[in-house]
Amino acid sequence: MANIPEDLRYSKDHEWIHVEGDIATIGITDYAQHSLGDVVYVDMPRVGDKFGTHEAFGSVESVKAVSEIFTPVGGEVTDVNNAVNDTPESVNNDPYGSGWMVKVKMDNPGEADAMMSAVEYEEYLEASA
Amino acid sequence: MAEELKKTPLNDVHRELGGRMVDFGGWDMPVQYTAGVIEEHMRCRTKAALFDVSHMGEIWVDGPDAIAFVNRLTTNDVRSLVDGQAQYSALTNDNGGVVDDLLVYRFGPEKLLLVVNAGTTDKDWDWINSRHTDDDHCSLTNASGEFCQIAIQGPDATGILQKMTDTDLSAIKYYHFKEGWVDGVEAIISRTGYTGEDGFEVYADPGCAEQLWNKMLELGRYGEADGILPCGLAARNTLRLESAMSLYGHELGDDITPYEAGLGWIVKLQKGTFTGCGRLQKQKEEGITRKLVGFEMTEPGIARDGCDVYINGQKQGTVTSGSPAPFLKKNIGLAFVPTDFANDGQELKIDVRGKQIAAKIVPTPFYKRQK
Repeated sequence: MANIPEDLRYSKDHEWIHVEGDIATIGITDYAQHSLGDVVYVDMPRVGDKFGTHEAFGSVESVKAVSEIFTPVGGEVTDVNNAVNDTPESVNNDPYGSGWMVKVKMDNPGEADAMMSAVEYEEYLEASA
Repeated sequence: MAEELKKTPLNDVHRELGGRMVDFGGWDMPVQYTAGVIEEHMRCRTKAALFDVSHMGEIWVDGPDAIAFVNRLTTNDVRSLVDGQAQYSALTNDNGGVVDDLLVYRFGPEKLLLVVNAGTTDKDWDWINSRHTDDDHCSLTNASGEFCQIAIQGPDATGILQKMTDTDLSAIKYYHFKEGWVDGVEAIISRTGYTGEDGFEVYADPGCAEQLWNKMLELGRYGEADGILPCGLAARNTLRLESAMSLYGHELGDDITPYEAGLGWIVKLQKGTFTGCGRLQKQKEEGITRKLVGFEMTEPGIARDGCDVYINGQKQGTVTSGSPAPFLKKNIGLAFVPTDFANDGQELKIDVRGKQIAAKIVPTPFYKRQK
């Protein structure tokens, strides 16, 4: 079964966020990386780019497919994990750790609370299976 | 209600091995197993890999006119084959377009086996029958359900298969075959493949598929780091693309001629009349207006099938296949472009989801095995 850490919040598009103050770290879930297969490239935004809620900020490419990644929370990009493109397999092997993608300074931190908890995301995955 | 997917005799085995099953032209096939497409691809290039290709179609042509009949429907010269030899060829329509690409096996002067693509087997069967008249003294038999086909490919493939048969595999040259026994099972052992590696395709009774497959995994030391791996459709595609082999429905189709697809070497105009030869003769004399080329991306980004190709700001063509190349560690593809631009080094822009990403035309095949 997919690994779903307790301390993160989840979106229906299979992104996770980790909140510290008004900064949200964003990546894709274990379920998402497994569905995609071997990741070979991540198209990232730039630091300073601004995104609204649920806007496409980049894409993850596997050998077989490409999937857009959306910002579950609106805000300004403060950091980008460019190391991911040196070791794209980290998105598969460590999606919640070294496979993180961007950090965003949230316009409205309340948006994070509206996202799914680990329990809710697990139910969501079971319901859509 | 969707039509039920067709299954090869190895369907249960794929599931047991953790195969991720997808609908492939109406067949329930593994796109990858647990190792993942990159590892599967690399293992085929460096060790050995196993592919279930039982979904391919097989058609027997028997009788005194077998060679003349198949020669009339295909572009290559069937008369040049000797017993025990196979030939890559194309079935063409009246416009010289490709109905399908296929292998023609010569078992004897009056016995040929046509091996065609899975998704086009019914179309090919109908087409071949529509061109068969009472004057053609040969019978046609669709034997697609009577064979399993397992491809064992890679540098270690011959060594593994040799442990299963008394037939001297070193005596079978590339694009040749022998009838023999593999693990006690009557089989056709063909030195052919779709990966760019050395290897064999083994045809046998579908009831023996599991036995042969499992024995190959066992003798190939499946599970060990340098052992054999089963490969799914995803690795099959990246392997053939690195080797710049055509995939029907991508580089080949009813409105694409062999010349346009870079397959002029399988068109033998001098052999006499065959379906579509008039148009092909004309193309040969006048030249083609579009041509299949290989390209690699020179900026980050991956071209995918169907992406538009721009040259000097104008849309000039379309990507037929595009993918990361796991062994070459580049992003590569094939595309049709106007002949005037089909030169090595030509700069291209590929429209990848609205962004123009730079690429350049390179020689094919992208990957060539060291012999």
